[in-house]
Amino acid sequence: MDPLFKQILFALLTLFIVLNYGLLVQGITRKIGARVGRRYGIPFYQPYIDIIKNYSKRTRISHGIMYYIAPVFRLTGGIGLLMFMPVIFGNNMFQNFSFSGDLLLILYFQFFGVLGMALGAGESGHPHSAIGVSRGLSQVTAYELPLTLAVISLAVQYQTLNITEIVAAQQGGILNWSFFTNPLASIAMLLAFLAAMGRSPFDVVLAPQEIPIGPPTEFHSGLLGVLQLNRAIFPIAKLILFMNLLFGGASSWGELIIKTFFIYMLSVVVGVVYPRFRVDQSVRWYLGVPLVIGVAAVLVSKFL
Amino acid sequence: MSKEHTEKRTVYSPEGEAIEVDPLKDYFCEDLPEVHKKSSIAVVENFRNWARSRSLWVLGFGTGCGAIEMRPLMTPKFDAYRYGIQWRPTPRQADVFVISGYLSVKTLKRVIRTYEQMQGPKYVMALGSCTINGGMYWDSYNTINRLDYYLPVDVYVAGCMPRPESLLAGFDQLKKIIREGRGEGYNVYAEKFEWYKSNQKKIIKDWDMPDYNW
Amino acid sequence: MKEIINKIEKLYPISDFKQQNDKTALLTVEQDKAVDLLIYMQKFEGFKHLAILTAVDWIENNQFQLSYIINNPELKMDLILRVFIDREKAEMTSIHNLWEQAATYQRELKEMFGINFPNSPRVDKPFILEGWDGLPPYRRDFDTKKYSEDTYFPREGRTKNNPVEYMKQKLYPDE
Repeated sequence: MDPLFKQILFALLTLFIVLNYGLLVQGITRKIGARVGRRYGIPFYQPYIDIIKNYSKRTRISHGIMYYIAPVFRLTGGIGLLMFMPVIFGNNMFQNFSFSGDLLLILYFQFFGVLGMALGAGESGHPHSAIGVSRGLSQVTAYELPLTLAVISLAVQYQTLNITEIVAAQQGGILNWSFFTNPLASIAMLLAFLAAMGRSPFDVVLAPQEIPIGPPTEFHSGLLGVLQLNRAIFPIAKLILFMNLLFGGASSWGELIIKTFFIYMLSVVVGVVYPRFRVDQSVRWYLGVPLVIGVAAVLVSKFL
Repeated sequence: MSKEHTEKRTVYSPEGEAIEVDPLKDYFCEDLPEVHKKSSIAVVENFRNWARSRSLWVLGFGTGCGAIEMRPLMTPKFDAYRYGIQWRPTPRQADVFVISGYLSVKTLKRVIRTYEQMQGPKYVMALGSCTINGGMYWDSYNTINRLDYYLPVDVYVAGCMPRPESLLAGFDQLKKIIREGRGEGYNVYAEKFEWYKSNQKKIIKDWDMPDYNW
Repeated sequence: MKEIINKIEKLYPISDFKQQNDKTALLTVEQDKAVDLLIYMQKFEGFKHLAILTAVDWIENNQFQLSYIINNPELKMDLILRVFIDREKAEMTSIHNLWEQAATYQRELKEMFGINFPNSPRVDKPFILEGWDGLPPYRRDFDTKKYSEDTYFPREGRTKNNPVEYMKQKLYPDE
């Protein structure tokens, strides 16, 4: 079989596995939250049924052509992030179109979703969408700074922009992980990770009790189904990126699932403890401590 | 009366052009609703009804005195989440509209506007005896007596106010109705649209909305 | 309280003073001097708080009675000032310059009774009844049951039970 065709098939298989994993992780997190609150909670397969129900709605309205851009861009950002990332190390099948220099491309794809959401939600004309979008854009701009500085620090440390080589340099024991060899970059990156997951204390973008739902206010039926699919794929892709850069990658699907689950639980645990920041507070915080740690990481990895 | 916002007016574009605007025609859509048929393949429709009944999204709009009976359903004691019932804040994403209690004429106008913005197969659950025959406020000059002359209702839950357990039983009945394929209240609304609209316009005297709020 | 009444008896046309209990008193004053008496009570006697402004419909005498309930926080006394105004042309001076909250009470009275308070802020804006063009509903010649049966379609089959008879039937069916 043509090797390109085979690669496409395996990429689709990766997408399918990641989609299911994302939906199940959402359901399981809600189940854990419910059990901690001493109630039975929602069934763990509920996200599947929600998506099927949204696709079986019979009516749909439109606010214009640009209104469709938001879900399409977001899904493109999510799938694109996944397609260019090597998922399993050492396994030629699941390398997914990664190439040397894909680290920069992945940083670019992260911003894609929020940008599309801004265009589409602005076209829908709802004032709550506009508030949510302005908050979202300011927050993403703020947390991209420590994230990019940490990535630059890692690139300087390993002298490469290829994720596969970064993962290869971390093999051979736990103490080789970047988490222990470059702690400053890891801390800056994990602090940026809290905002990337969209949980407290940085969830003022969605703000379910403040402004009803924020940017996705006017999206319904099939369009909301697309947004929900993206909400399953995008966080898992980001988790795989963090796992590859900081925690030594995975050499099998089981190891990937365990590692990403524990990194995700970190953001959940922080989320249930802390209340919400306002947008100006979170921007000011990100331009404080994490920025300083990021700059220190770059300097340390350059001169040591 | 505050009807100036529905009059024709002139707005100026950023380049300085004068544009004549007739708000009810230009800002709103003039189409009337249509009847949406079910899928002709029975297996597909059954599967869709199964999914719709397992994931009911309730609009978080407490219309009357029964709003206080909706809140305990989110707490650990009565826990409606295990039945797949979740609350959404916006009518665009909600399926079920729970009309909890009496409706004054002022609230009815807002309820109609919200109901018509909901999408697709949508259901109405009416709580309390005020929606059935007027209840405690049967001789009041400001509250309606029969809800099903203004909105199509799928399930009535009797009580004054029904307790949260009765609400859960009402949701169970609604799920049975949906799974049997009888949850087509909104199609009835589209078929008898003139009758519903004339009833509504008879009591809502300052009508400054389009005929159907898409 | 009696001392205050003795002081003002010669200045204002008051009548019908009644001390209801040791915290409440009622007083009737004529329409043209009512606002002057309110200003006097507010500034010189310490009745600084307006509790409510409401109205009573005396259809037999063809009059509306406006009740201003003012309260003295130091002496902890309530005074109810009754003002009788004509029912055909119901108008009264607005007191929103003395107490800001009177604007809302006056708006409600305009909508529900039809008593006009010229120059009160927002008095023409509809409060609860939007688009109402009939008789103001709180008047005693407005038949609310007939209006409800005509406009809002009542459901047939509505019955009324006397609770004593009903429970007697249920619990002791033989008697």
